[in-house]
Amino acid sequence: MSDNLRKGQVIGVNGNMVSVEFLTNVMQNEVAYIVQGSDRLKSEVIRIRGKRAELQVFEDTNDIKIGDCVEFSGELLSVELGPGLLGQVFDGLQNPLPRLAQDHGFFLKRGVYLSALEDDQQWEFTPTVKKGDKVRSGSKLGFVPEKIFEHSIMVPFHLSGELEVVEIVAKGKYKIKDVVAKVKSLDGKTHDVCMKTIWPVKMPINAYSKKLKPIKPLVSKIRIIDTLVPVAVGGTFCTPGPFGAGKTVLQHLLSRHAEVDVVVIAACGERAGEVVEVLKTFPELKDPRTQKTLMDRTIIICNTSSMPVAARESSVYTAVTIAEYYRQMGLNVFLLADSTSRWAQAMREMSGRLEEIPGEEAFPAYLETRIASFYERAGIVQLRDGKTGSVTIGGAVSPAGGNFEEPVTQATLKVVGAFHGLSRDRANARKYPAIDPLQSWSKYESFIEFEKVEKGIRILKRSDQIDQMMKVVGEEGTTLDDFVEYLKGDFFDSVYLQQNAFDEVDEATIADRQKYIFDIIVEIIDKKFDFKGKEDARKFFLDLRQKFINWNTKKFNSSEFKSLEKNVLDQIQVTKVEQNA
Amino acid sequence: MHKVYNEIIQIAGDVITVEAKNVGYNELAEVQTQGSISLAQVIRLDGDRVSLQVLSGSRGISTNDKVRFLKHPMQVSFTQDLLGRIFTGSGESRDNGPALTENMIAIGGPSVNPAKRIIPKNMIRTGIPMIDVFNSLVESQKLPIFSVAGEPYNPLLARIAMQAEVDMIILGGMGLKYDDYLFFKDTLEKQGALSRSILFVHTASDPTVECLLVPDMSLAVAEQFALEGKRVLVLLTDMTNFADALKEIAITMEQIPSNRGYPGDLYSQLAKRYEKAVDFDGAGSITVLAVTTMPGDDVTHPVPDNTGYITEGQFYLKGGRIEPFGSLSRLKQQVNGDTRDDHRTIMDRMIQFYADYRETLEKKSMGFQMSGWDNKLLKYGDRFEKELMALSVNIPLEKALDLGWEILSSTFDKSETGIKDALIEKYWPKK
Repeated sequence: MSDNLRKGQVIGVNGNMVSVEFLTNVMQNEVAYIVQGSDRLKSEVIRIRGKRAELQVFEDTNDIKIGDCVEFSGELLSVELGPGLLGQVFDGLQNPLPRLAQDHGFFLKRGVYLSALEDDQQWEFTPTVKKGDKVRSGSKLGFVPEKIFEHSIMVPFHLSGELEVVEIVAKGKYKIKDVVAKVKSLDGKTHDVCMKTIWPVKMPINAYSKKLKPIKPLVSKIRIIDTLVPVAVGGTFCTPGPFGAGKTVLQHLLSRHAEVDVVVIAACGERAGEVVEVLKTFPELKDPRTQKTLMDRTIIICNTSSMPVAARESSVYTAVTIAEYYRQMGLNVFLLADSTSRWAQAMREMSGRLEEIPGEEAFPAYLETRIASFYERAGIVQLRDGKTGSVTIGGAVSPAGGNFEEPVTQATLKVVGAFHGLSRDRANARKYPAIDPLQSWSKYESFIEFEKVEKGIRILKRSDQIDQMMKVVGEEGTTLDDFVEYLKGDFFDSVYLQQNAFDEVDEATIADRQKYIFDIIVEIIDKKFDFKGKEDARKFFLDLRQKFINWNTKKFNSSEFKSLEKNVLDQIQVTKVEQNA
Repeated sequence: MHKVYNEIIQIAGDVITVEAKNVGYNELAEVQTQGSISLAQVIRLDGDRVSLQVLSGSRGISTNDKVRFLKHPMQVSFTQDLLGRIFTGSGESRDNGPALTENMIAIGGPSVNPAKRIIPKNMIRTGIPMIDVFNSLVESQKLPIFSVAGEPYNPLLARIAMQAEVDMIILGGMGLKYDDYLFFKDTLEKQGALSRSILFVHTASDPTVECLLVPDMSLAVAEQFALEGKRVLVLLTDMTNFADALKEIAITMEQIPSNRGYPGDLYSQLAKRYEKAVDFDGAGSITVLAVTTMPGDDVTHPVPDNTGYITEGQFYLKGGRIEPFGSLSRLKQQVNGDTRDDHRTIMDRMIQFYADYRETLEKKSMGFQMSGWDNKLLKYGDRFEKELMALSVNIPLEKALDLGWEILSSTFDKSETGIKDALIEKYWPKK
């Protein structure tokens, strides 16, 4: 029922910010609709002063007039959660884009909002509790099959304290709005539970017993990440880089290969062309773990750069809320946001319109807090049934001018557990992924022993020093020993840290193979070679490199793999003189 | 009759303010000054205070001039009659032809639903080897030409326009020097391409505000043609002028500036235009080529920087040539697998050799001794620059690939190329 008093009228328009005079109470961040004939433009309250509220509109503000009626919904910006999310493509406000295209054609029609989930679809519900059972928010009441998972139907997250199941339906087919259970809270109130639930996007879902420390490595199958700058399950990382350094390709690879259950891709303000590539190729790609299409475990939140800026701001929240929802089922969810800079820029745009006092580079003073609270929604948690679930967040950052000193990169670095800095130099030299191994860092542990990893880092640093020196004194002025150190670092970089994203074997390396190969790399780093001269040494490493790169393209433990491995090992043995202490 | 307001309470830059009621955001108005009528667009509503940017500029506007609101946003006529015509940034005739008023459509329309896009798949041949071979242009791509003042970016744009295999061309000129405008007009005329072209031109001496409308005009028209199944190439020059116009208006409106005085929404503004590039699922396409001049040749300047994050690659024009390093077509791998089986190999190997050549040049300039290998590279680089890189080269892709083999074979032995044997056998020129 719309209450007459919960209305207001437009008194100002500036870009996509609308000022409204309201008559009674209004809630910060509540959703309001600007009524324009038959159109209702969705917006969110972002500031209240006296009887005046500022709204950011998630749509084009064309033709809004002073005096236009505004209806306040009394609800915070929320998403629908329930079976049917997997495989979907939504915009930042959770509008299903393919269904919009069906209904409205090529263009995104203003003021059209579809519900995220299909109301009429039937789901086979199997209860797992019985009448009288004691439950709490987030407890599993039953499940329905969704794609490759058992999708848990849970006690709504907003209910608190101990609850008692007073009714539970029998196994059978139900729609998402059907009541499948009733639970009674301690105050004697009974609450209906359906398969669909609503949650405000800007609030974390916290129906779990405790948050744990992320320690288990997340296998991304990108060697440089897993070995040198790893990510933990439930951890956070950021990938800053100038344009052209390969952020998006890297994110696509991660979304395809990382060993997780569900992937949520949030495209906030990125190129439509790239989003389309994911959209059209994922359904055709097979998930190596399930042999089903990759889309079956993927959800895409897509707000391209030309879609309204306010919706871009909400897209990361929509994405992380959906990620938390699947985490509550005990799944490991991977959220990739590309790019959080665009999200921050959206905040900057709105802040400028609100005429707030600007902070560094005109970003609002609350930039750091917002970034921090977004990344803090990652984590591995112990659920009430003892299982664990996780949300891992990786954000791509697009720093202005490729300069990592800028506020968004800096604010992000403070709160993430790993930093994968992409470098223009490496990208120009066609070294992929272009993560700079000397600038990047991680606070998490790799699945490869620390002592070995250290050896890798040490040789890279040494090699880099010698390379710098050679630029001054030339190759002639460098000792043979130093030159060999340089070659070792270069070799490690080119055969291990770089991966060929266009080779179906080399593009993703499983953990066992990484461990296996890294042992050989370490052996080479440790080995003292006896070369006649620099030419000799260079030839040796070029040869070895060629063999290694071929070896990288063979399936692990296949017969070809074995024979090329023998090749590699033979070459190392031949010149073996003595082992370092 | 629309109500007429005749009290302008503020004039700042090209923005005027009147007190009026029942005005829509982005609505258009007519401002009648002594003897002339100019269009103006609503850019801010604050109670009864309505701020408008006057398209022909505020010069000569007096406080008692008449303002009449038109009840619709900026529009452009969309008819086949547009072809062969030249207009100003506000859609008025620049070629003494008749004004077009039928079938008016709004400019700056909504975004394309990503679900209705298809993955780009058609190469647009230009006859320029540095593009066709090394960074193929792809239908529906959005690509800037990064350059600096003084470089021949407009002639390059014109040449691509003349040679590109598309159905029609729309040229959006922003802050064009009058000479450059005439150059485009003459070139298109001379080559007989004017009849498949539409020009929206704002010259450097025209009012700033009109500059802002040029991309939207051009793209709105392009979009309609594309929906009718046409493959449209939109050329925009120069987007830096567009960004500077945005800056001017934003500062006039006392908006809080973000980076080097540019407005906080620079990225969104640029993206809104570039994202109009599209291959429609079941209709035509829009390809956007845009010049971005970089102040001080600085790619980290906000305009090229923001552009680079939006577009699908860039062509770097430097020293009168398209630079192989820094230039990038993100979409090239969608198309260069289906041209000729040596395309990708030639593309990779020739650039790698060219990189080696650059290193050798550096060594040479530092006085290091040149080895036999160095001398080969020097010979190679020289031929590469003269015969493939020069902008005057105008040959089809296949000829360019053949020429690539010819240059390789005249400088290197087969085994030195690192190219796999099967291709060498097939393409190595027989002496």
